[in-house]
Amino acid sequence: MSENVLKVEHVTMQFGGVVAVDNLNLEVNKGEIVSLIGPNGAGKTTAFNVITGVYPPTNGAVYFQGKKIVENHPQGKMRRQYLGENEGKYDHVIAPTPDRITKLGIARTFQNIRLFKSQTVFENILIAEHMRRTSNLFTATLHLNGAEERQMRQEADRLLHIVELDDVRDELATSLPYGKQRRLEIARALATKPSLLLLDEPAAGMNPQETDELTAFIGRVRDDFHLTIFMIEHHMDLVMEISDRIYVLDFGKLISQGTPDVVQSDPRVISAYLGVQEDE
Amino acid sequence: MKKQTEAFVSVALIAALLIVLFVLERVIPSTSMLFTVLKKGAIYALVAVSMNLLNGFTGLFSLGQAGFMLVGAYTYGVLTIPVDQRANVYMYYDGGLIQFALHPILAIVIAGIIAGIFAYLIGLPVLRLKSDYLAIATLGFAEIIRAVFQWDKLGPLTNGSNLLRNYPSYKSVLFYFAASGVCIALIVLLINSTYGRAFKAIRDDEVAAEAMGINLAHHKRIAFVVSSFFAGVSGALLAMYQTSIQASMFKSAMTYEILLIVVIGGIGSITGSCISSFLFIILSEWLLRFLDSELVIGGFKVPLLRSGFRKVVFSIIIMIIVLFFRQGIMGTKEFSVRGIYNRITGKGRKAQKGGAADE
Repeated sequence: MSENVLKVEHVTMQFGGVVAVDNLNLEVNKGEIVSLIGPNGAGKTTAFNVITGVYPPTNGAVYFQGKKIVENHPQGKMRRQYLGENEGKYDHVIAPTPDRITKLGIARTFQNIRLFKSQTVFENILIAEHMRRTSNLFTATLHLNGAEERQMRQEADRLLHIVELDDVRDELATSLPYGKQRRLEIARALATKPSLLLLDEPAAGMNPQETDELTAFIGRVRDDFHLTIFMIEHHMDLVMEISDRIYVLDFGKLISQGTPDVVQSDPRVISAYLGVQEDE
Repeated sequence: MKKQTEAFVSVALIAALLIVLFVLERVIPSTSMLFTVLKKGAIYALVAVSMNLLNGFTGLFSLGQAGFMLVGAYTYGVLTIPVDQRANVYMYYDGGLIQFALHPILAIVIAGIIAGIFAYLIGLPVLRLKSDYLAIATLGFAEIIRAVFQWDKLGPLTNGSNLLRNYPSYKSVLFYFAASGVCIALIVLLINSTYGRAFKAIRDDEVAAEAMGINLAHHKRIAFVVSSFFAGVSGALLAMYQTSIQASMFKSAMTYEILLIVVIGGIGSITGSCISSFLFIILSEWLLRFLDSELVIGGFKVPLLRSGFRKVVFSIIIMIIVLFFRQGIMGTKEFSVRGIYNRITGKGRKAQKGGAADE
């Protein structure tokens, strides 16, 4: 129990009367790679957005390394509309902004790549160093923080070397081929020095060869950076190969969970998402 | 080219510019149109760069610049009118409330700070808005500031809707260039610092910037306050240049002029804003003046030339720029010594980002 890095507890997310995530409970343990799968519109990205502070949930709480980082309860108009069962369980409101969550050690990537378009690969990575600055507006403007600036640049270069992007260091981020843009986005998330990495469809739109490379990359990154990885993915080959455990969402509800073998043979998952394998 | 050489050449160019100005002032009579244009150009360059910091580098589309210039101009005027002149200036308000006068330089800095404080307070509600809504709200606040400064009840402080005048001002072009140059240099340093990188990240993608641990509210506020500080300083310089000020000068049309300069220069280019502000002022105040007066050549009256025609020509120029040259003069590139050097020697056609040499 004490080993879990991320714990999502009774999280319900309603947009008006639409229940995007319904009473979600899940845990991610240290060092694991856990996948969240499900059909389109099942609420996977919404779950990520709740964890990273983009939306405060309608009800429920999120724990990170044993500490409660997000908590909310339905109130006012939402109380009448609230469709969950755990309403009275939470009474505080903890709603940090995404930057606070990042500072705690949760980094994420996005479903549609969100790189800083006008900037180079190096600058994209370098931005992550900003949150660890010790200089203030005046010392930074007058460039009195030379040592810190050098250290920031060294850190960024070191990371670029590890993720093998140093050959495109000074290229515009958007001029990279698709696979490398994905890799850069993961590298940029790593630059915030997270202990938990959330990947939102890292293999979306990739060809089989790029997907293989990505699979190897994610495994390597987990070991090198001592990370815990929680990801949303549609490529079943990738999911089944590297996941330690899998959660399956459908219409906002958790319908199955367990190791890849268990999930793959679960009839509910097959009917809702995987589809029946027919012999031709 | 080495970094030291580059810095040396840049400094030498700036020194040469100042020396040329110094010599010109000795040679040409000080009433010449040239100096009027150069002074106003320097002031507009500063306010255009401050607007570019907000619109071009942080991606906050704000139209409050004239309001903050007004605050700066009034702060300067109110604080520097000599005590023995106050009874004369504030004739309807028994000499006004304030009975001391500060040194002009100190007053300029305070003008910036007061404008910054206004920006901080206005920013609290307004910076939650995005894109067009932010523009509308800031424009509204600028108009409110103008109306409040003309309010009769504030007369003992602002002289109501009457002129503020008789305050000290520097006559030399060099002063305007130096003051504006120092401020622009500070903005450039800010943009090149880690804060500047955070601003650009917010401009490129707010969601991703927030996911990278950048506190959006905090950084937007910094950009807004810093930009307004420099708008306030330029307002003080404008007050100095015009020798008398009145709140009704700072209409939204002024903000549009500044926005036009930023767009012509290139949104996201400091040097572009500087070049285009001089270009704009020289054209509108000097070279295109003839469009406004009737002209008769050998008994033939040239058609169209009459009062107001200058505005028509300008509107057409704006339309042409918006339709065909959206990047402006510089786009997001910067004019630099290294860029010129690379262009001349044909070296590093692609390597130098931000240099004038890359296509």
